[in-house]
Amino acid sequence: MDGPILSAGFDVARIRQDFPILSQTVRGKPLVFLDSGASAQKPRQMIEAMVRCMETAYANVHRGAYHLSEQATEAYEAARAAVARFLNAADPREIIFTGSSTMAINLVAHSYGRGVLRPGQAVVVSEMEHHANLVPWQMLRDDTGIELRFCRVTDAGELDLEDLAAKLADGKVGLVAVTHMSNVLGTVTPAQRITAMAHAAGAKVLLDGSQAAVHRQVDVQAIGADFYAFTGHKLYGPTGIGVLWARLEHQERMPPFMGGGDMISLVTQERSEWAPPPAKFEAGTPPIIEAVGLHAAIDYVTAIGMPALEAHERQLVDHAMRRLSDIEGLTLLGRAQDRGGVFAFALDNAHPHDLSTLLDRAGIAVRAGRHCAEPLHARFGLEAGTCRASFGLYTTEQEVDYLADALTKAREFFT
Amino acid sequence: MFDDLRDLYQEVILDHGRKPRNFRRLENADRSARGDNPMCGDRMGLFLKLTPDGHIADAAFQGRGCAISMASASLMTETVKGKTAAEAEELGTRFRGLAMTGTCPDCGTGLADEMERLQPLSGVHEYPSRVKCATLAWHTLNAALEGTPGEERMASSE
Ligand SMILES: Cc1ncc(COP(=O)(O)O)c(C=O)c1O
Repeated sequence: MDGPILSAGFDVARIRQDFPILSQTVRGKPLVFLDSGASAQKPRQMIEAMVRCMETAYANVHRGAYHLSEQATEAYEAARAAVARFLNAADPREIIFTGSSTMAINLVAHSYGRGVLRPGQAVVVSEMEHHANLVPWQMLRDDTGIELRFCRVTDAGELDLEDLAAKLADGKVGLVAVTHMSNVLGTVTPAQRITAMAHAAGAKVLLDGSQAAVHRQVDVQAIGADFYAFTGHKLYGPTGIGVLWARLEHQERMPPFMGGGDMISLVTQERSEWAPPPAKFEAGTPPIIEAVGLHAAIDYVTAIGMPALEAHERQLVDHAMRRLSDIEGLTLLGRAQDRGGVFAFALDNAHPHDLSTLLDRAGIAVRAGRHCAEPLHARFGLEAGTCRASFGLYTTEQEVDYLADALTKAREFFT
Repeated sequence: MFDDLRDLYQEVILDHGRKPRNFRRLENADRSARGDNPMCGDRMGLFLKLTPDGHIADAAFQGRGCAISMASASLMTETVKGKTAAEAEELGTRFRGLAMTGTCPDCGTGLADEMERLQPLSGVHEYPSRVKCATLAWHTLNAALEGTPGEERMASSE
């Protein structure tokens, strides 16, 4: 499966050797892992960094005036600085560590939604949101009476910017919360343009970068948004850590999300004073080992280079588009101009669950269902769901070919 | 590439999956229930007509789902017709065992022909994530039998 496929300066065969799990076989067949969009596999460099932290430099952070704790604190804060550089944030204090994207978005929905937005205002999401960037806003709407608006998605699977303009027109929108890349359609949304439109209408912007941060170089200053969320485990890092980038001016105005240790500067029986940002939003013992792992994962991808990753992926996406478009009876969901390596598809004669069982037998791991985006599947009339193949930096053209061949044979199987 | 999958997708299953039997709504059903598998979006409505002495006079279903769940519901409606509620529940218990383990230790004792008919679905036990597809119909049947006339009970295979 892993013959060398070379984009300029990008050696997939060598990269694959960094991922111990990829040499596995599944039911006697080489593993073809096409579910990186759900969670990516882990490079040895990242795994070793976490082990090293636990073996040599682990203690709780921010708490002990002893050597190990100082070392751990330093490593944790170094991770914050690495994330800030990764996103080109202006200041490491703009980086809040959370448990996941989901928690980062809930933090904004709670602290900004309930603390800063007011009844009578509205939040705009899009029809292609992951439930993580939908349900928290429904909860906010139901709790506070803040209106929730849905920006339409075109038949090609792109954000309908005319509709966004219409949704912003009355000036009531306080926040636009949209994905930077769809986990179903692969669509990369025009973040800079969305932000300019929202800001012109007086609204702030949260981007769900859970997928985009893996596939694109993200520059939060160039985009100009207000909040940016992503999750460690999709970026070849560990589970249990997520990131919220939030401008300091917003952090100042937002009440804490959770109360506990480390997020206070003074506590008496009567009251507490909040620690300054970002500690104010990091109650309790944070994901220390996970932060070290995320740091190593970021070092790993930046050593390869995000532009090289993008180029490799573009080649894979073009190849997949060609191969999948040729398969009779296969519907591809979404044909956005700007897209990353995520393909949702349905076969005319096989339910997605039957199809994924078949593919599994061929050693191919794809996800089946509605991928935490039920409204989007309803929008495209595919209530039964789809199968989704999503690529990582270790995905090869041969794997795409193998998938395409398997899909053709699967259709024959069910005929 | 997929030859070994013929154990799971036997011709009977593909056939019932493509052309489910008793696939309709029963007007004036005495019992009905809705079954949902929220994980995969499978969904079915089950309808029963009962005789005064508690036999299942007719069984039908409607819904959408994968080949396994449709075939299982189709085979189930064929199998439980003419059975008493107690027999249908016993079949459900045995079927769930069959789907989970691939074997049916009690199958020699009574209801043997009926279990024989359900045998093609035993292959799912090798696919833990698919067992629920096969058992959804039977969960829904239990819910319907536990209900009262006019009530639509809900079942879930989660
Ligand atoms: C677009 C998008 N947003 C949010 C999430 C949620 O990420 P997590 O489950 O790590 O919080 C995911 C992944 O599942 C995603 O793809």
